[in-house]
Amino acid sequence: MTAIIDIRRVSKSFGGVVANKDVSMKVKAGTITGLIGPNGSGKTTLFNSIVGYHPIDEGSIQFEGEEISSFPVQQIARRGLLRTFQQTRIYGAMNGVENMLISLPHRKMSIWDALKTYTKEDYERADHLLEFVGLYEKRMLKSGDLSFGQQKLLEFAMALMNEPTCLLLDEPTAGINPTLINGLIDRLRRANTEFGITLFVIEHNMRVIMNMAETIYCLAHGEMLAEGTPDEIQNDQRVIDAYLGAH
Amino acid sequence: MDQILANIGLLFEFPIVNLKIILDGIMVGALFALAAYGLALVWGVMNVKNLAQGDLVICGGYVSWWLVQHGFPALLGVPVAFVVMWGIGWVVYKLVISRVIERDLFTSLLATFGLAIMIAQILNLLFGSDTQSVDLGYPTLHFADGLIDLPIAKLIGVLMAAVLATGVIIFMKSSRMGQAIRATAQDARAARVMGIDTEKVYAFTFSLNSAICGAAGAIIVMVWVIQPFYGIAYSIRAFVIVTAAGLGNLPGVIAAGLGIGAAEQYGAHIFGIGYQQAIAVLLLLLVLLFRLIQQRRNRQVLK
Amino acid sequence: MTKNKTVLYSLILAFTFVAPFAFPDFGTQLATLWLMIIVALTWDMTGGQMGYNSLGNIFFYGTGMYVASLICIGLVYDVGDYTNAAGGGIYKFTDAQYFGGLFLGVLGAGLFCSLTAVIIGYLTFGLRGPYFAIGTLGVAIAAGELVSNWDWVGGGQGIALPVYPGDLDTGKIFFYFLFAAVGVGVFVFVKWLYGTRFGAAINAIRDDEEKADAMGIHTLRYKLYTWAMAAFFVGMAGGISAFQLIHFEPLESAYQTINLGIFMVVCVLLGGKGTLWGPVIGAILFHVIKEVTWNYFLGWQWVALGALIVVTVVYFQDGVMGWLMHKHPHLFGIKVEEKTAGETE
Repeated sequence: MTAIIDIRRVSKSFGGVVANKDVSMKVKAGTITGLIGPNGSGKTTLFNSIVGYHPIDEGSIQFEGEEISSFPVQQIARRGLLRTFQQTRIYGAMNGVENMLISLPHRKMSIWDALKTYTKEDYERADHLLEFVGLYEKRMLKSGDLSFGQQKLLEFAMALMNEPTCLLLDEPTAGINPTLINGLIDRLRRANTEFGITLFVIEHNMRVIMNMAETIYCLAHGEMLAEGTPDEIQNDQRVIDAYLGAH
Repeated sequence: MDQILANIGLLFEFPIVNLKIILDGIMVGALFALAAYGLALVWGVMNVKNLAQGDLVICGGYVSWWLVQHGFPALLGVPVAFVVMWGIGWVVYKLVISRVIERDLFTSLLATFGLAIMIAQILNLLFGSDTQSVDLGYPTLHFADGLIDLPIAKLIGVLMAAVLATGVIIFMKSSRMGQAIRATAQDARAARVMGIDTEKVYAFTFSLNSAICGAAGAIIVMVWVIQPFYGIAYSIRAFVIVTAAGLGNLPGVIAAGLGIGAAEQYGAHIFGIGYQQAIAVLLLLLVLLFRLIQQRRNRQVLK
Repeated sequence: MTKNKTVLYSLILAFTFVAPFAFPDFGTQLATLWLMIIVALTWDMTGGQMGYNSLGNIFFYGTGMYVASLICIGLVYDVGDYTNAAGGGIYKFTDAQYFGGLFLGVLGAGLFCSLTAVIIGYLTFGLRGPYFAIGTLGVAIAAGELVSNWDWVGGGQGIALPVYPGDLDTGKIFFYFLFAAVGVGVFVFVKWLYGTRFGAAINAIRDDEEKADAMGIHTLRYKLYTWAMAAFFVGMAGGISAFQLIHFEPLESAYQTINLGIFMVVCVLLGGKGTLWGPVIGAILFHVIKEVTWNYFLGWQWVALGALIVVTVVYFQDGVMGWLMHKHPHLFGIKVEEKTAGETE
């Protein structure tokens, strides 16, 4: 299977602090891949590097065979590589439906399309996806008033609306009521199997990631520590040590 | 165009003229740096970008000028302006600034812009729109066959500015209030948790800034001229300096202030005095563009 | 559109047509009211709707004045000679030259200002928040200063245009309708624009530009288009003003950063940022208050104006529309959920 994201020897420092050092990994197309590691291991920095939030110091990042490390965020997003944020970002002043509509893929819109009003199909697709994440009843409320968990679901739905090829999810279950996590896992899986979206997920919840992912990468202190299937990772002594804090 | 080339030629023919321009520039730049320091102080502590900074300076100048008209010795005008503007700053803080601190940045900008208009217009109504200055009557030193003249008054002005600046810096480093101010600038919430009365800190900081501006204005009226509508130019210069040097970079502020002073004098010499205002603003745009390009390299923007 | 709305708009349009004839003494004030509406609505396009609060839109007004004048004069005479004469000398314009020059000039002004908006925007849209405001203010001030040193366009004295060929009262009505036409044009245009995907996109830029970037929206393109469109209308308004004022100066009339330049912002704040009717209501309110109270303040008008700015910014930030939307959200289609106790999600 092809690697949809190919990360080779990526390094990134901020001032004197080394956030990522010589990190390499491949995300296989069509799969769910996990990224774990203790706090401060450089996971979010790696995500930010992939989506173009900042330039990298060394190395190469390829998406669908194209070198993207020199592209800014919008260009990468328009190639179908999206991300959700750890602190969940939505357009708080708009209601759920408006949030969905604005998330229509602009790369598929010419300026003339932009001058039209939203079509019936647009609304139907928005409703369908809101239903998919379970937010249909709350769709007309101001999204800034929704609870944190609801906002996370909305952000997820917005990402789906944008028809990505690959989605980077930064701690999708953090802050969610434990009784609702199963529902979220189910939806993530369906996004992968039904919509064919490759998922690359940062997670702290081991139960979640071990059940979802095909391959898992573990970072520690900004460097690659281990990689493998969930079974291999769970039994890897180095990973256990890293989490139990052998500083 | 010919005139411009001739002016530039003069710089090469008589290199000593460069020294004069730089000296003039440094002397006026020192006062720009003072105003910029106050702006950076308020900006850093309360995140308020005070567009009325220059008008506070001019106001201080008028306080001193008015005193001199009524028989006060000119040099005493500086400390008196300091005190008076402290009070005015406190009032302005309580009435306006305190209500815009927690709001979005455009609010504070627009509010201070409105203040700037008010102050400039009030000064215009009270004192008329002629330029004013105070003549200390001190002699002028001459160098280089009369090509360079150094009015002693200007030297005294720069000295006073330096003394004031030193005093403020020592205060900020060693006094309890100075420490409270710095703590609040770093993290207001944490400061409150530690028992610092941030409201008092804000009021003090703004009043201090106003006092510094007042003193600077009192010095300016002695060594140059003031006019009610010169305020916006000083505000712009202060902004240029803070944008170029960054907050918390004191040596940078001083260097930038002196640099702007020199640049303006050069510009006035080469292009003519009518362009002086334009140069100050163009410098602003240049600095903004420069910082933008710097940020672009990191794929960031100038917030 | 619902039947009620159609009736309402028709009434307003009818009133617009009748006003200058019904109130002949207020011809100039009514024209100025339309000017305020134009600059308020256009300011809100980038300000309230897109989140980029410009303090320099007056740049387009001033530039529009100059471009329109230069086109009209330049079509008939040598510009340098004309401005050198500064009103003296016999420079006559036939009716055809006047009106032709006026219409071509106004249109040209709009187009030129759009172009400058794209260029300036390309350089300045990396600035956010207060930096954008100060940067645009700087552009407007710089333009005024530089133009007042440029002799070819009249330097500090400005330009004197030909007088309206006809009697004074007809002239007032003529300029009223010019401003009203542009004003109605702006209103209809933005009413349509805000309902399209384009309108939603600029609102997204306002609400969270980084998120909009991350979702693949062409943020720079939208910003440039929006400012260019705003500049088009402001440029035309400037052009019309030039002919109405007949004589204008660079700093006082054209690039008036502390008069019209700040009025447009106050109008929008008073009426309600980011709404369709807000800028219009604000412009009407502001203009009426200003006209009624100006003479009472006897020299303290400008101080009162500064105070009005401060008070509006501090206490009435949401404006009339904001207040209305807060009190009666259902009138605007906003749904607010009743919070019940014990809701965990």
